[in-house]
Amino acid sequence: MNARAPLLQVTGLAVSYGGIKAVKGIDLEVASGEMVCLIGANGAGKTSTLKAIAGLLPVARDSIRFESEPIGGRPAFELVRRGLALVPEGRGVFSQLTVDENLAMGAYIRRDHAEIRRDLDNIFDLFPRLKERRQQTAGTLSGGEQQMLAIGRALMSRPRLLLLDEPSMGLAPLVVARIFEIITEVARQGVTVLVVEQNARLALQRCDRGYVMESGVVTLHDTASALLDNDQVRKAYLGE
Amino acid sequence: MDTFIQQIINGLTLGAVYAMVALGYTMVYGIIQLINFAHGEVVMIGAMVAFSVIGALLGLDSGLPPALIVLLGAAAAIPVCMAVAYAMERVAYRPLRGAPRLAPLITAIGVSIILQQLGMMIWSRNPLAFPQILENRIFHLGGATVSTVQLAIWLVAVSMMGALTLMIHRTRLGIAMRATSQNPQVAGLMGIDVNRVIAATFIIGAALAAIAGVMVGTYYGIAHYTMGSLLGLKAFCAAVLGGIGNLPGAMLGGLILGVVEALGAGYIGDFTGNWFGSNYQDVFAFIVLILVLVFRPSGLLGERVGDRT
Repeated sequence: MNARAPLLQVTGLAVSYGGIKAVKGIDLEVASGEMVCLIGANGAGKTSTLKAIAGLLPVARDSIRFESEPIGGRPAFELVRRGLALVPEGRGVFSQLTVDENLAMGAYIRRDHAEIRRDLDNIFDLFPRLKERRQQTAGTLSGGEQQMLAIGRALMSRPRLLLLDEPSMGLAPLVVARIFEIITEVARQGVTVLVVEQNARLALQRCDRGYVMESGVVTLHDTASALLDNDQVRKAYLGE
Repeated sequence: MDTFIQQIINGLTLGAVYAMVALGYTMVYGIIQLINFAHGEVVMIGAMVAFSVIGALLGLDSGLPPALIVLLGAAAAIPVCMAVAYAMERVAYRPLRGAPRLAPLITAIGVSIILQQLGMMIWSRNPLAFPQILENRIFHLGGATVSTVQLAIWLVAVSMMGALTLMIHRTRLGIAMRATSQNPQVAGLMGIDVNRVIAATFIIGAALAAIAGVMVGTYYGIAHYTMGSLLGLKAFCAAVLGGIGNLPGAMLGGLILGVVEALGAGYIGDFTGNWFGSNYQDVFAFIVLILVLVFRPSGLLGERVGDRT
């Protein structure tokens, strides 16, 4: 295995639904330890890209490599074991399960009970609100709390690569800021992060690098600070 | 009044059996929204396997205590039913995952016919006398009676349902089953192999069905290759009554249905001037089904219809 190879390497990824091509052969790389965002308008193919990486869509085997291994089209439940975790769009918490049970499902693939307990404590340090609500069913939580639960649950699998789909969706600005603080903190602790986000400004302020998608293709990619200064990006995505 | 108490006792016995079978329907429905019409046939196979094993052990003149012989019959029936359920899920239902819901439903009817005919080929088309070897002592409660077989059925049913409830709420597999029933796609993102969880659901339901089969055989003293279809349909009514997909609902629905049926059979003659006799017993389950579908389609305990995200 090449130590220099990026953790995640996407080459010529194409996704189509029936006859409609949602992603038209994109390239994308995330190196270990990076925090990368994928921005773009509604329907640009961001979510499809993320779903394909997480194993939720059938794609060509070689179009996605994780730690140099081709993983395209492998089922999601297998990829979790390899160290990939997706926080899906709309959070996807198990609303009738308690907070504790949701987190237990996050650690489904693990058997190291002592370590699981330690990770659980870490999650509760990160999200004290969840600790207060351990026995509540997830459906009774607020949107922000559900997002925290979804992130905490994904972290319980000890991912090397955390994929987040629109973590800011439907949340109040203050909560969004807090969620992004936490994602940054998670990244600082050594988890590689790829986040899809409509709130381009916030995402670019927090990430190392960014990719801009439009109608199924990557139109731009650069360091986040360069993208923040890019005229095109400023006009199209930052509303300036 | 004595008839009333007696019919309640009989109804609760029958209801315990319905509840055990209804759990299988409701668990499978909860997880893949399939009404597994072949589930009643699994009960039949359970009864038949137990019948064969008990008969063989009696033929050996082994001198084993009768209770142990029945237990061995059940111990043989359970794995056979589990294997049958696994096979039907693997062969008939899994290939249809993602197909329109009508396809697996019709397949289930097909599987039911196949299993029934297999049962006929193996165990003959005649009603079989299920060996009545358990000592059936009768206890008097006022004017009503309770038998040891009835007590045994209650005891087994209650402990099985208790064990299932614990399993669903406390074990990793149980929580995974609930997670999968709420959102299979996200369950996959947790590393849960959804197909395995579905197979496990079928297998657990089949174990309960096998035990129910032994119960019915022992209670009525008879086994027949068609016994599963009506029993299965009634258990399905019980599951709908409780709220399909809801486990406590299936238990409650089973018990209520058993009691309604027994009371109905006990009083139908009195209320219709003996125009109808207790042979109309089977009508009540379906009257209940129609009433539930008209007035409370989500069932007694089923609260969520369409809140699946």
